[in-house]
Parts: sequence; structure tokens; C-alpha cells
Amino acid sequence: MVVGTHSLSSRHLLGIRNLSELDIQFLLDKADKAVEVSRRPDKKTSALRGRTQINLFFEASTRTQASFELAGKRLGADVMNMSVASSSVKKGETLIDTAMTLNAMRPDILVIRHGSSGAAELLAQKVECAVVNAGDGQHEHPTQALLDALTIRRHKGSLQNLTVAICGDVLHSRVARSNIFLLGKMGARVRLVGPSTLMPSGIEEFGVEVFNRMEDGLRDADVVMMLRLQRERMAGGFVPSVREYFRFFGLDADKLALAKDDAIVMHPGPMNRGVEIASLMADAPQSVIEEQVEMGVAVRMAVLELLAGPSHNEAGGV
Amino acid sequence: MSTTLLTHGRIVDPSRRMDTIGAVLIEDDKIVGAGPDGLNQGAPEGATIIDCRGHVIAPGLVDGRVFIGEPGFEHRETIRSASEAAAAGGVTSLVMMPDTSPVMDQPSLVEYVLRTARATSLVRIHPAAAVTRGLGGSEMTEFGLLREAGAVAFTDGRHTLDNPVVLRRAMSYARDFDALIAMETQDNALAANGVMNEGKLATLMGLPGIPREAELIPLQRDLALAALTGARYHAAKISCVMSADAIRRAKDNGHRVTAGVSINHLSLNENDVQGYRTFYRLSPPLRDELERHAMANALADGTIDIVVSSHDPQDVDTKRLPFDEAAPGAIGLETLLAALLRRVHDGTLPLMRAIEVVTSAPASLFGLPYGTLRPGAKADIAIIDLDAPWEVSDKDLRSHSRNSCFENARMSGRVLRTMVSGETVFELND
Repeated sequence: MVVGTHSLSSRHLLGIRNLSELDIQFLLDKADKAVEVSRRPDKKTSALRGRTQINLFFEASTRTQASFELAGKRLGADVMNMSVASSSVKKGETLIDTAMTLNAMRPDILVIRHGSSGAAELLAQKVECAVVNAGDGQHEHPTQALLDALTIRRHKGSLQNLTVAICGDVLHSRVARSNIFLLGKMGARVRLVGPSTLMPSGIEEFGVEVFNRMEDGLRDADVVMMLRLQRERMAGGFVPSVREYFRFFGLDADKLALAKDDAIVMHPGPMNRGVEIASLMADAPQSVIEEQVEMGVAVRMAVLELLAGPSHNEAGGV
Repeated sequence: MSTTLLTHGRIVDPSRRMDTIGAVLIEDDKIVGAGPDGLNQGAPEGATIIDCRGHVIAPGLVDGRVFIGEPGFEHRETIRSASEAAAAGGVTSLVMMPDTSPVMDQPSLVEYVLRTARATSLVRIHPAAAVTRGLGGSEMTEFGLLREAGAVAFTDGRHTLDNPVVLRRAMSYARDFDALIAMETQDNALAANGVMNEGKLATLMGLPGIPREAELIPLQRDLALAALTGARYHAAKISCVMSADAIRRAKDNGHRVTAGVSINHLSLNENDVQGYRTFYRLSPPLRDELERHAMANALADGTIDIVVSSHDPQDVDTKRLPFDEAAPGAIGLETLLAALLRRVHDGTLPLMRAIEVVTSAPASLFGLPYGTLRPGAKADIAIIDLDAPWEVSDKDLRSHSRNSCFENARMSGRVLRTMVSGETVFELND
């Protein structure tokens, strides 16, 4: 799985913000090759043979954890999963203490998911191996943005000049942030669509257009990316009710009809059917939601190989 | 009788609007003369002479907002360690917040702190007692008895009083004792789980923000109640221009209102939070550069009355955490003056005003007979080299905790000697 040579400016992948357009392009090209590997009957490579990958999940996430695990295993790495219940002890102590303990076990790469923004960065300062951010608080989820980009690129050929509507709970979404950074860097036009209560302060300054009506935001969009509305947000008063939210901000056939005819529908999952997306839309031909899952494994293979591959092991100082 | 003569220094004494080359004569614990007259009169026989040529002789600093861990959190800070940090920073008097364990809401606690300070402290410790029992926000403390015990002000420390009825009664009752009520204002519901200034940067970093309105709304309520009750009210730490405007209006209307700002909010802005460094997690949060600049202007024009270190020692257990889980607060006793001198060096604050806001102004606010070089006053003095370059190093800090916003910062201006009642409690040995 070799696609030329390139190295990221950082030995970690903590977010999209610090990646260059070239970094992203390279990772997507590399992930494209990984898709081929994943579609072979024999999916195993030896790229990370002898390497140790630890998935450290402080927040439950079956999908992302499984995706990273599969990616590591397909590359031949020894993968260990650690789920740390966030309620057991004070989270921060667990994070740093666990990080130091794991560091002493000399892993080659740590994949971390944590409920606090900046947790991956904090951990990266404490350990000697490469760190991949698998989602930190409301901050970033870089591999999700990369897999979304790969999915879009495979459908549309390029990200350049596409209109992508990211809809729903932008405020609490690290997926949205990483996507805003990535799509902006790659020349796509980003629209954010949702109620004002779910829009972060100052978001207009990120080079995006903000819409509070789906009818306006979806018009002539090439990509409709729905975000998960966390159920607890309803009780918090961000939106009055599920039925109200679905009526005005849920994706149904009428709303999707405003987008381009060949628009694709995306969702990072897990979906709340009937809340942010109608079941029919989730299963419609335009939906590429399952494909996103497949691309997720490929993107993570590309990232893991780039950060923990042979050229990085010795230099990594582990 | 011991006699000390500080000679040929630049005496800066805002209590007398004095900025002159002169000498300060100290007999035992008191100042007997401070001004140009003493220059050519020679030294009394047997006097210790300290040549202050090229240096500033100022009143010892009065820090109006200091959190100390003792009692309850001695691993963070003791009265002794805080006093060592204070002395190194030229601070000779400090007002200690009631956020201890147990909370300083009983006369016996005030007496305990004063007793411990007498036994262990290098500088003067002035307790501020809680406004409400246990800082619980509902039941008023015994203002009269607490004042008799030695409390110089009433504050719920880090806590904002949510209940306006309780605050109104507290203010009315405090007025009867001419007691100062000093409050931090942050609307808990509006601030919610916010950890930094609300805005583009918070969104970029994925951290929940706190809008400036969370500070303004309770402040306006407090100011309205101060007007209603006629109480002496002090907004302990403001951070944004809207708050300064509100204070200005209240003052213009003749209400007995004052305001303070922390040295951190005068020196730093939200960009310092980048990198998720928890030492910059403060309450109120660091605002943007425009707000910081506005704070400096409001200080210069007198809207803001005093500058405080808001010294708040936190240890690794509360700081070595992800940003949103860390406790707010930073230490600052040792760096208060040096950081304030940055504003003098950049031309936004005249030296006289800079010294005033950390000496005579807080002394007057808290009713303390310090912060002055007036003959007859206790000889609480800071000798300062305005231009001495130095770098703040955590290994040199005297506080038990290390959470300094100014770690590794380069400073111009340093305290060379600190005297309390004529005794040298700190002398720089570089």
C-alpha cells in the first residue's frame, strides 16, 4: 500500500486544522488504495507487523473503535482496545495516569477518544508515540472528516467547488468542525444549516454560510451532510421537541428535492431515524451512509500506516 | 530604637501624589519622614543606611483579592507560603478570601486566620468573611461580629449570589455597619458549562464559551441593589468593557461603587488559552484583546479602582486535567507588580496610577491604614527596580502551587526589597 512518500508536519493526527491541502490529498490517495486492499479476499497486509496500536476510548463508540481496530488489524498491527468508563474515577486523572502507564508499554500508536476538547493534545504531550484523535469533546474528529471527504471525492471526482450543506447540531459537533476545516481547505463551499440555538458563536468567521432554514440551505447543494442530534439536547432546551425539530430541520424527501438531483446524503452515524433524518432518506439511493463506514476503515488504515509505519517507528522514539 | 534611612530613591507615594527623589526615614516600625527634605540632612547616628539610588521607593502593595488554601487546602497554599510569595512580590498586606475549608463565615475562623498569620506570616493578612454561611447563597453571616473579629470586607469569594433577595438584605444590613460587599459576578445559568470566552476561538477549540453578558447581567443587578440599599459595593473582578461602562454609570449617579480587575485580565487575552493550557483557565475567562485594552483604559481613567493578583493556588490534581475539567484560577502574588509595570512600560498607565491601584486605592477601599509613606504610618515599603529584567521561573516561585499564567514570561521591573513595619521580609539575592 505505497502511494509515493509524504510525511505530515506533525507526528500526530490531532485535527484537520493543522493539515495542509497536500497532507489531505496524500491521505485521501493513500486511503483510496486501502479501499482496494479492504475489498480483496485477503485483506491482511504486513505494513504494521510488529507494531502495537492501543485504542484508548474514554467515551463509548462502538463504530469508531471497531473501525480503528479493523484498520490496525488489516495492517498487521497488534491492536489492544481499552475502554475507560468515564464515570469510574475523575476523568482527567484517568487520562494522564493511563497515558503514562500505556506509554511505558511502548506502543507505536495511541488512538484516543475523549469527552473533553484538547484531551488528545494533552495526551500527545505526555507520550512518546504517535497519537490519533478519534474525537475529543466538541473539538475535532479528523478521521471522520477524512472519510467523509473520501466518500464525496469518490462520488464527485473532486471536492473543488462543491456545495456541501452540513445540517443540524453544529454547536456540539466535532464532526462539523473537522469537516468545515477540511472542506474549506479543499475548495468546497460549506453551508451550515440549523436552528440558531445549535450554531456556535462566531461560526460565520470560518468562511461558511449559515442558514436557519433547510429550504434555503439545501438549495442546489451537491452534498447533504446530516448531523446527529443528541437526544439530551432536547431536554436542555436547544430545540423544543423532536417533532418540531424533524418538521423544520429533519431531512425528508421534500427538503432533499431542493438539492441537486445527483446530491448525495451523508450521516456520521449513529442515526436518529425520524429525528434528523427520515428513514426513507437514510435508505434512499442517494444515501452513501454505509459507504462512509467502509471509507472509515480505509482512511484509518492510511492514517495508521502513515503515523506508525516503518519510517516512523525508529524516529518516533518509542 | 532602630533607625533606617532609605536614601536617594525615587519616592512614589500616590497617597500624597508625591513623585520625587528623596529619603525615607524609619524609626522602629514607623515612617517618620518621607520626601525630598531628608536628602541632605545626613543620617541619624547608628542608622542603617540603604542606598536606593536609581530605584523606586513605594508603599508596600495591598493585594485586595487573594485565595489561600489554609485552612483546608494546605497542600495548595499555607498562610506562611502565601506570605513568602507576597513578600517577594512587594505585597505587604493582602485581603484573604473566605473560600477555605471550613468557610470563613464564623468569627472564630477569622480569629484563627489572624492568629495563624501572627504566628507564621511575613506580611499582613486581612480576612474577608463570607456574605452567606458556607458560601451557600441563602443565609446571611454575622456581619457585625465578623467585623469585630477582624474581617475587612464581605464576599462570597468565587461565588456569585444567585438570589437577589438575599443580596438585597445583605447589602442593607452591611450598610448599617458600613461594611464593604465585594462580589464576583457571573450568571451561573448563562455561563453554564462554559470554560473560556465565547466567540470564534472557543468555537475553533471546541470549548464551551461564556458570554460577556454572563458577567454584565448579575453586575447590573448588583449595582441596582447597591443603589437601592446605599451599600458600599465592590465589583471584585470585571473583565469586559460593558461592565466598565456599567460601573462608570453607577459612579456618575453617585452610588458608592468601586471595581477591581485582576492583573491577568490586564495582561493576557483569550489567545493565551490556545494549546489548552489550563493555567490560563480563569474566572471570568480571559477575553479578547479589545476587552483587555478596554480594561487598561478603564483603569487609567479611574473607572476601575484597584488591581488584584486574584492569587488562586491550584495543584496538579485540579490543573493537570483536560481544559474543561480543570479548576479555574492562577497564582499571582509574586508577579502582580512586575506584570503591572508592563502597562507602565507600554505607556498605557502612568507610574503614579500603577502604584496607586495596588497601594493607597485598595488600602482606602478596605479601610486599612497602609499603602502610604505618610509620616506616622507603619513602614510597609517596597523598593523596586523599574527596569530590572528577569524571567519568571516556576522553580523560583515561593507559592506551594505552580499555576502561574506568567511562567517563563520575561518581565521588566522587580521588587528588590520588601519591608513590613520596618523589618525586611524579602531581599532579592540575584
